[in-house]
Amino acid sequence: MTLFNWTRRAVLAAGAALALAPMAATAQTPEGVLIVGQVAEPKSLDPAAVTAVNDFRILVNLYEGLTRYKPGTLEVAPGLAESWEVSEDGTEYTFTLRSGVTFHDGTPFNAEAVKFNFDRMLNEDHPFHNTGPFPLAFFFSSVEETTAVDETTVKFKLSAPYAPFLSNLAYPTGLMVSPAAVEAGGADFGRSPVGTGPFKFVEWRANEAVVIDKYEDYWGEPAGAQAVVFRPIEDANTRVAEMIAGGIDMMVEVPPTALSQFEGDGFNVVEQAGPHVWFLILNAKEGPLADKKVRQAVNYAINKEAIVNDVLEGTAEVAAGPTPPAFAWAYNDSLSPYPYDPEKAKALLAEAGAEGASLTFYVTEGGSGMLDPVAMGTAIQADLAAVGLDVSIETYEWNTFLGNVNPGLEGKADMAEMAWMTNDPDTLPYLALRTDAWPDKGGFNSGYYSNPEVDALLEEARTAVDQEKRAELYKQMQEIVQEDAPWAFIANWKQNAVTNDRVENFTLEPSFLLQLEKVVKK
Amino acid sequence: MGSYILKRLVAAIPVLIGVSVLVFFIMAMIPGDPALAILGAYATPENVAKINADLGLDKPLVQRYFIWLGNMLTGDFGRSYSQNKPVIDEVMGRFGNTLILAGVAFVLCSVLGILAGVVSAARQYGLADKLITFTVLIGISIPSFFLGMILIIIFALKLRMFPVSGMYLIYGGGGPVDLMNHLVLPASALAVVATGVIARLSRSAMLEVLRQDYIRTARAKGVGERRVIMGHALKAAMVSIIPVLGIQAGFVVSGAVYIEMVFDWPGIGQMLVNAISQRDVLLVQGGVVVVAACYVLFNIVVDVAQALLDPRIKS
Repeated sequence: MTLFNWTRRAVLAAGAALALAPMAATAQTPEGVLIVGQVAEPKSLDPAAVTAVNDFRILVNLYEGLTRYKPGTLEVAPGLAESWEVSEDGTEYTFTLRSGVTFHDGTPFNAEAVKFNFDRMLNEDHPFHNTGPFPLAFFFSSVEETTAVDETTVKFKLSAPYAPFLSNLAYPTGLMVSPAAVEAGGADFGRSPVGTGPFKFVEWRANEAVVIDKYEDYWGEPAGAQAVVFRPIEDANTRVAEMIAGGIDMMVEVPPTALSQFEGDGFNVVEQAGPHVWFLILNAKEGPLADKKVRQAVNYAINKEAIVNDVLEGTAEVAAGPTPPAFAWAYNDSLSPYPYDPEKAKALLAEAGAEGASLTFYVTEGGSGMLDPVAMGTAIQADLAAVGLDVSIETYEWNTFLGNVNPGLEGKADMAEMAWMTNDPDTLPYLALRTDAWPDKGGFNSGYYSNPEVDALLEEARTAVDQEKRAELYKQMQEIVQEDAPWAFIANWKQNAVTNDRVENFTLEPSFLLQLEKVVKK
Repeated sequence: MGSYILKRLVAAIPVLIGVSVLVFFIMAMIPGDPALAILGAYATPENVAKINADLGLDKPLVQRYFIWLGNMLTGDFGRSYSQNKPVIDEVMGRFGNTLILAGVAFVLCSVLGILAGVVSAARQYGLADKLITFTVLIGISIPSFFLGMILIIIFALKLRMFPVSGMYLIYGGGGPVDLMNHLVLPASALAVVATGVIARLSRSAMLEVLRQDYIRTARAKGVGERRVIMGHALKAAMVSIIPVLGIQAGFVVSGAVYIEMVFDWPGIGQMLVNAISQRDVLLVQGGVVVVAACYVLFNIVVDVAQALLDPRIKS
């Protein structure tokens, strides 16, 4: 009997120990400190070295660029540059810099610093070019020379007119880093970043948190929060659980299915449409989709409303054409989406003699901006089956998928899912709709769409200096592309975030950048 | 004993070289490359070539393998492009975290498992045995990641006894108490299956021993039941329990991958999953080699421990 008694005692002891265990585990987050649930650990905090939105969310609070996006829009406004002038031929940009701005390490921000930033990225002989690689440096590949004219004047000479230059400067790749800090940190600069922004870097605890503090000597309006802590939580369900438990004050990229959990009191859901478009690349070179009527039929046959409302739970809107509405100044709002009209689709298929055609459809398991690609692909397959198209899906992991799609669909598939987020209305059509952007020429026109009119419009828009003129050209382009249907236009994603009710003044930007300088934490 | 250990260590070298060859060529064969993962939508052939050159991926495969192996032998595991820091720093930091989690889970499942097995065997077909057997079966049958989510819902969201995820409080945390607090749920979820397996096997190992003549002799001599079980029987049964513990230790470490994802524990499993999807070749290779080396070492330790308990094994 001894043994049984002994274990019974042990059970009692264990029970008592459990009861005495620390209970106050879920302390409230402190006042003035905003804790943000991120989707992953940042790669680096060197703006020239990173490509992920996840990293940009931290960077835009530490650094500033020469230009920035006007709050609530995708229009370019002055940042560290107060003003600028563009030469007649569009190849010379002269910026007047804000004076009296200092980096967080106390060194001055001036024309020499700007020159250092661009030379480091673009000039292979620069002593600190080895702090790269700089994967998005090609945003500025048209820059031939950067000259520091005087303390507050800097001049860029471009090899050819390039209208997106100003908005590329507002993109995180164009954020200004402290030359002194790069010289001191070398390749490790990205782990101890120094910029001019409203927050300064405090510490980066690997896989745990990045902490930034209010920068007291900021030249502009001081930040509303004392500190911001970015915490990576990779699993979306865990992120939701932390949000409910109060471990974080804000989370981004809320899974559509979890949104209903935040409908009650205590939480605010924020949404913002951005420069995102989700589409199907249609193979216009060979097979049934080489016929425009069949491509239009695909656009009519897909029930886009059902996809955005049921599959995506209202976290996206139906796309009308190749340009997202978030580019308000360049968006053609006279376009309306292809209506859901299976009868019309069937008629078009009959006209083209493509009834019952078989199509191969590349679907990805996930990927940047791809939303819920498997469920969306399956819904599309069902819609196309309803008009008599026999679609077989091939699913790939994201990197493999890109490796298959980017070299072109010829000989492999008839359609493929794709999504883009860009910062200028030029980027996507220029890289993915021109004849000169076919994969063999180094572009992303994987469906081999070709229309000389569109080519001409895009070339002209890129070199036009006047924004109104550019807008006009983009609007014409959208009309033609919608009619030609090189893609099936499906959805424009609305980015979302949830905050608890202790967070005030928070809005999401159409640029998808997470500007936190105005946010107040009670 | 010294020569036995030496022999085992020498035998481990070809194993590790095999692992390095396997992981290197598997990573080379999977489709997609680091440049694609870095550039995403912007992966033009020109940009891809430039990034590959920057990362030194433009050299022939076999040459790359030997460069990597050579560097590794001098302690240089390369630089992780996705974390932008030396591979070895990232791997060691992460592996340390995994060892904390897996170590606590392992102690938990060993102690509870053996205890449950011993009680079960001592009270064969009694109430305690039936209760334990029933509980153990449930434990073995629940996938650990699912149990993890259930634990979060009950103990973190409803009862608010423990934090949802992470290793320390994110602001103003730190210290062993904070760590223990964060460990309770993931370590429990991780330990459950292994506890069940160990309990089942300890029970049968104990029953086997309890049937031996010397146990009857001990009882006949009037040795107390507790001493018979804990002293005589358990010591003999440990010879067959220890290899099971060794195997379970491996399962606990690999099972940590799921648990780390659910509880956002910054361990090596979570790191490897991300590194693979980002094609961070050097990080995957370095991580796998380090884990394999530890695994091999641990197996040697288990074998040595067994040899110490049972001298017949050495020969």
